[in-house]
Amino acid sequence: MSTMTETRQRRGATGTGPGEAELRRARRRDGWSRRLPLLPALIFTIVVTQLPFLLTIWYSLRSWNLLRPDGNIFVGLQNFIDIFSDSTFRVAALNSILITLGCVAVALVLGTVFAVLLDREFLGRGIVRTLLITPFLIMPVASSMLWSVSMLNPSYGMVNWVIGLVGIEPIDFTSSAPLLSVIIALVWQWTPFMMLLILAGLQAQAKDVLEAASLDGAGWWKTFTLVTLPQLRRYMELAVLLGSIYVVNTFDQIYLMTAGGPGTASANLPFYIYQRAFLGFDIGQAAAMGVIVVIATIIIATFALRLIFRSFDDKEQA
Amino acid sequence: MSTTTLDTPRDSQTTGRRDIVKPRRKGVVSGGVLTTVTWILALVFFAPVAWMVMTSFKQENVAASNPPAFFFEPTLDQYKAVISSDAGPYFLNSLIATGVSTLLVILLAIPASYALSIRPVKKTSDVLFFFISTKMLPIVAVIMPIYVISGQLRALDSIWTLVILYTAMNLPIAVWMMRSFFQEVPGEVLEAASMDGAGLIKTLRSVLIPMVTPGIAATALICVIFAWNEFFFALNLTAAKAATVPVFLMSQMTSEGLFLAQLSAASVLASLPVVLAGWLAQKQLVRGLSMGAVK
Repeated sequence: MSTMTETRQRRGATGTGPGEAELRRARRRDGWSRRLPLLPALIFTIVVTQLPFLLTIWYSLRSWNLLRPDGNIFVGLQNFIDIFSDSTFRVAALNSILITLGCVAVALVLGTVFAVLLDREFLGRGIVRTLLITPFLIMPVASSMLWSVSMLNPSYGMVNWVIGLVGIEPIDFTSSAPLLSVIIALVWQWTPFMMLLILAGLQAQAKDVLEAASLDGAGWWKTFTLVTLPQLRRYMELAVLLGSIYVVNTFDQIYLMTAGGPGTASANLPFYIYQRAFLGFDIGQAAAMGVIVVIATIIIATFALRLIFRSFDDKEQA
Repeated sequence: MSTTTLDTPRDSQTTGRRDIVKPRRKGVVSGGVLTTVTWILALVFFAPVAWMVMTSFKQENVAASNPPAFFFEPTLDQYKAVISSDAGPYFLNSLIATGVSTLLVILLAIPASYALSIRPVKKTSDVLFFFISTKMLPIVAVIMPIYVISGQLRALDSIWTLVILYTAMNLPIAVWMMRSFFQEVPGEVLEAASMDGAGLIKTLRSVLIPMVTPGIAATALICVIFAWNEFFFALNLTAAKAATVPVFLMSQMTSEGLFLAQLSAASVLASLPVVLAGWLAQKQLVRGLSMGAVK
C-alpha cells in the first residue's frame, strides 16, 4: 500500500512542476491556495463521519444500556468478549456474508448476460435498457414490499401463481426461505447496476481486437471468453467491489421482508446491530459490534481498494 | 494468394470484410431470435414493476384475488386515498432533505474536485482514498453516537439532521464523480482564461462551470436518488415531525395490513420522482455509481 501512495505522491509532485523554482514562501502560499477549496468538504466529512466513529469506539468500551441510566461504566473489552460468545452474532455475520456473496455473484452473472444482449443494435434497444434499469431506481422500501407481498405471498403472490401453473404447491417464501427471499429482492435491485457497469466495459472494448478475432475465424463464444472477458475483468472487479460496499450494508429488505426472522434466521449484521441498539437499547454492545464490523471491513477493503486504485491508475495512464 | 502478399493491407482488409459480411447475414436471422429473447427477458425482469403499477389501479378486492386479475376496470381511488391520507408533509420533508442536501453536496464538491483535478493539492490520491474509505464505513457503526449526539443537541426528529447526514453520505461519491468530469476540461482553456487575467472566481464561474454543467447535473441526480430513497437514518432519527417518504411508505405497510392496492399506489408515487430522473439520465448513472471510475 505504501509504495502505491509513494508513486502517486511523486506524480502529484511533478504536477506542481514550475512552482519548485519559486521562493519557499510563494510555494507555501501556493500550497494553501490549492488546499483551501478542498478544506470545507474535507473538514465536513471528517466531522460527520470520523468523529462519531471515535465515539463508537468509546461506547464500545462501556457497559451502557439506555434503560439503565446509572449503568454507564467503563468495562474495557468485556463487550467484545461477550460478542464472541454470542451465537446470534455469528449467525448474523454468516448471513451478511451469504447475502453479499449470493447477491453479488448472481447479479453479476445476470448483469453480464443483460449487458451482452444490450451491446448490439436492435429494435427498441433504448426501451429495453430503460426497462432493465428500473428496478434499481424503485425505492428499496417499495421493492421490499413488492417482493414480500405482491410477488412472494403464499395466497396471492405472483411467483406462487406462476409456479402453480407448473403444478408446484404455493411456498411461504419469506418464512420458509427467508434468506432466499431477501437475496431474490436484492438481486433484482442490483442486477441493473452490474449491467450498466459491464455495458460501459463492453462499449469501451477495443474494436480492432474484436475484428481481428473475427478475422481469425474465432466463433462468438471463443471471442467472448478469450477476448471480451479478459478486457472486462477490471469492470467486473469494480462492479463486485462497489456492489459489495452497498449490499453488505443492506437493511431495508431485511427489516421489511423478514424482520430478521423467523427468529434470527435471516438477520444480517446491520439489522442485528440495529436491534441491539434501538430495540434492546444496549449501546455498549451495539457499538462493540459496530467496531468489529468496521475492523472486518477495513481488512476486506484494504484488498478491495487496491483493485479500485489499480483500475483507477490504469485509466490515468491510458 | 502468394502473389498478393505485397499489397496485402488493402486486399486482406477487403477479403476480411467479405468474411465478416457472411456471418452477419446469418446474423440477421439469429439476430431476430436474440432480439426476441432480449425483449422477453427484459419484460420478465420488469414484470414486478408493471404488476405494482397495475395493482395500484385496482380495487382492494381485485388486488388480492387468486388467480391474479389481469383484466379489470381501472380506478384512481387508491391514488386519491393516498393523497388524502396526509402524505403531504412526508413528501415535503423528503423534498427538503433531498433538495437541500444535494445543494450542499454540490457546493462543497465543486471546490473540492477543483482542488483534486485542475489545480491539484499534493496528496490528491490520499485525499481521494480517504473520501472513498468513508463509504466503506458501515452506517450501523456510527448510528449510536449520531443518535445520542442528536438527542443531546435536541436535533432528533429534525429534518436538518437528515440534511447533514445525507450531505455526508453523498459527498464522497460526488467528489469522485465530479473530479472525473473536471479532468476532462482541457488545460489550455483554463490557461487562456488565466492569461487573460481572469481571477480564480471568474475563471470558475465563466469558464469552468459552464463546461462541467452536465457533469454537475449528473452528480446532483445521483445524490437525489440516494437521498430520496434513504431509509435507515430516517427510520431511526425521525418521528412524527420530520419523517420522510420511505417512512410513510413503511407506515402504510405495517399499520394498514393488507391494503395491497393502496400500498401499491403509495409505492408508485414514492418511487416516481427518482424513476423518472433515472430514466432521463441513464448514461450519467453509470459514472455516478462507479464514483467516476468508468467513463
